[in-house]
Amino acid sequence: MGFLKNKNLIGLAELDKEDINLILQHAKSFKEVLNRPIKKVPTLQGKTIVNLFFENSTRTRISFELAQKRLSADTVNFSTSNSSLIKGESFKDTVRNIEAMKIDCVVMRHPIPGSHFQLKNYINSVIINAGDGAHEHPTQGLLDLMSLLEVKKKIKGLRVAIIGDISHSRVARSNIYGLLKMGSKVTICGPPNLIPMDIQKLGVDINYDINETLSWADAIIVLRIQRERQGVCYIPSIREYRDLYGITVDRIQRLKKQIVIMHPGPINRGVEIDSDVVDSENAIVLDQVLNGVAIRMSVLYLLLGDSPKGS
Amino acid sequence: MKKTPLPKLLLIKNADIIDPVKSERYMGSILLKNGKIEKIEKIEKNIALSDTNILDANGKIVTHGFCDLHVHFREPGREDKETLLSGAKAAIFGGFTEVCTMPNTNPPIDNPESIRLIVDKAKSSQIKIHPIGAISIGQKGEKLTELSTMVNEGAVAFSDDGIPVMNSGLMRRVLEYSLPLSVPIINHAEDLDLKVNGQMHEGFWSTCLGLTGIPDISESIMVNRDIELLDFTNGRLHIPHVSSAKSIEYIKKAKENELNVTSEVTPHHLYFTDEDLQTYNTNFKVAPPIRTEDNRKKLIQALKIGIIDCIATDHAPHTIQEKEEPFDLAPCGMIGLESAFGAIWKVLSEAKMDLIDIISCLTVKPRQVMGFDKDLFRRGSNAQIVIIDPNEEWEFNLSSIYSKSRNSPFIGQKLKGKIKTTISKGFFFEI
Repeated sequence: MGFLKNKNLIGLAELDKEDINLILQHAKSFKEVLNRPIKKVPTLQGKTIVNLFFENSTRTRISFELAQKRLSADTVNFSTSNSSLIKGESFKDTVRNIEAMKIDCVVMRHPIPGSHFQLKNYINSVIINAGDGAHEHPTQGLLDLMSLLEVKKKIKGLRVAIIGDISHSRVARSNIYGLLKMGSKVTICGPPNLIPMDIQKLGVDINYDINETLSWADAIIVLRIQRERQGVCYIPSIREYRDLYGITVDRIQRLKKQIVIMHPGPINRGVEIDSDVVDSENAIVLDQVLNGVAIRMSVLYLLLGDSPKGS
Repeated sequence: MKKTPLPKLLLIKNADIIDPVKSERYMGSILLKNGKIEKIEKIEKNIALSDTNILDANGKIVTHGFCDLHVHFREPGREDKETLLSGAKAAIFGGFTEVCTMPNTNPPIDNPESIRLIVDKAKSSQIKIHPIGAISIGQKGEKLTELSTMVNEGAVAFSDDGIPVMNSGLMRRVLEYSLPLSVPIINHAEDLDLKVNGQMHEGFWSTCLGLTGIPDISESIMVNRDIELLDFTNGRLHIPHVSSAKSIEYIKKAKENELNVTSEVTPHHLYFTDEDLQTYNTNFKVAPPIRTEDNRKKLIQALKIGIIDCIATDHAPHTIQEKEEPFDLAPCGMIGLESAFGAIWKVLSEAKMDLIDIISCLTVKPRQVMGFDKDLFRRGSNAQIVIIDPNEEWEFNLSSIYSKSRNSPFIGQKLKGKIKTTISKGFFFEI
């Protein structure tokens, strides 16, 4: 079972270029399915998938659920914002009990980095990471690659800037792994105290100057600024953040070129990015959302689909 | 592990004796009479009497029983993790005949009565157990405990253990107050404002893994502060589990200035690096965290040249269920007594450290730090002896664990050098 080299999808760090291409390729076909009047295929009929969300999520959970339903899988949702000891039950017992009911796959989001490595020790089902703390969000990384590929036709040599709170961002990490593996050049831009130590060793550049970064870039990925970082020792105020790193109409207009603007959502309009920029032609945030469903269908199919007979 | 009472007379012959007090190594034999050292001969001479039992060491290393000045035996309060009894078994397997227990039990050992409780309970133990008392009531960092009365009851040092004394004023006062007591003050050196909710060493790997980083300066800033306070008070400071190269520089300078400072390093900080955390195995989660290869190399170097005085395990048992939680929720600590020698000898022999010096870091030097009797080969001393096969390579696995807990990242590791026999408190343990 499974068409990828790994049994699970925990991070893009573990995925090679060949498998990334395979996922992108299949996602393209699944996107065609999504554009049909009848959007359902029987690919995963009889498979049971549990969406295990230990952290609040709207779009990722809906996106996974839709992807599963489009593939005719049976799905169950489990959501709690309480990651530690639900009703005094350990993480291990919680997941083992769920698996005991005979399931094929767990899609898990967890606020603690690396939780999927623990999960792997406790269950045999296929595991898909829907985000773990500041570690990875692989399907987001993949859907961003797909979206870039659609508008720019190739990823190799593309200059992509990731802007904002890199330290606390799983999206940033998955994007870095995915983009570098596919041959992009990546620059990180944000407040120095929100750029994690030694990140340049991964092969990215750092630039604290937003205007320089924007003039360099072909595409930018703007990260959400968590309001709770404000007033701690990270960001003195939203006003100052917007001043230094905000993707404002002014900054975009000053560029003598068109750049692709992406955001993993949810967007704080007027904080990390101006409302008019979000709604502009260069912003592809809603394409990202649709591609998210296609990518998740592709990943689910490639990890759970039965190999065709004789192959 | 087989336990037998020592016979009236026991001759350990054909022994590769290491006397860490004299820094000597020679072939010879040791005669024990009524569990005490009777005679040590440098040449193979027949010193056996007619009714002497003979133990042929077959050319293996015979030396002092090890002393670990940093263990957690969890009694009272968390007897499900470890007891004085189970901890002693783990110690014997690892060649340790003497340990100092940290006071972070439940309730903490922060009063003379609790010290007496440990001392009394330890009497029936198979090894020597010395309690370390808390510096502050409830380890809260506010009010000093009755240090002098606790020393009278048997406390050998003071520490708030895993909870750093963040208040510089309190740290100053305890260093001053303890001057006449001549016992070390041990402060877990981590600045909590820099550690925050850190989970591992801050660097490339914490960035990759998305785990919150703990910078190396969270330790060295605290070490530097404590050394400043030591200089100011002329007190007695021991720095536990040094993990960062930057701390070493401060300790070196303090020693050059002849301050009364000593320090220890754990086998796991000498053996592992932050890269090992890639699997998110929570058994690697310790405080202070396991740091980079560069730090590891510098710790080894500092131990070799004596800036770091000795090795201590920080044996910290935790239940499986606690360690099976996701990384941020799992408690800090790993067990270390059983794996200590095999791990140390593997990495330090590779680093070309002399075996006599390594043994010294496990015997004479920790005893010197705590002010214990260190000349265990003196005639009339109660026998605390280990017999070691330095060449045996073995895999550390669940059957190597005598602790009640099994939170060890050494499981599955190939170690070098095995304790074959431990002699302690009139008994003979074949491992």
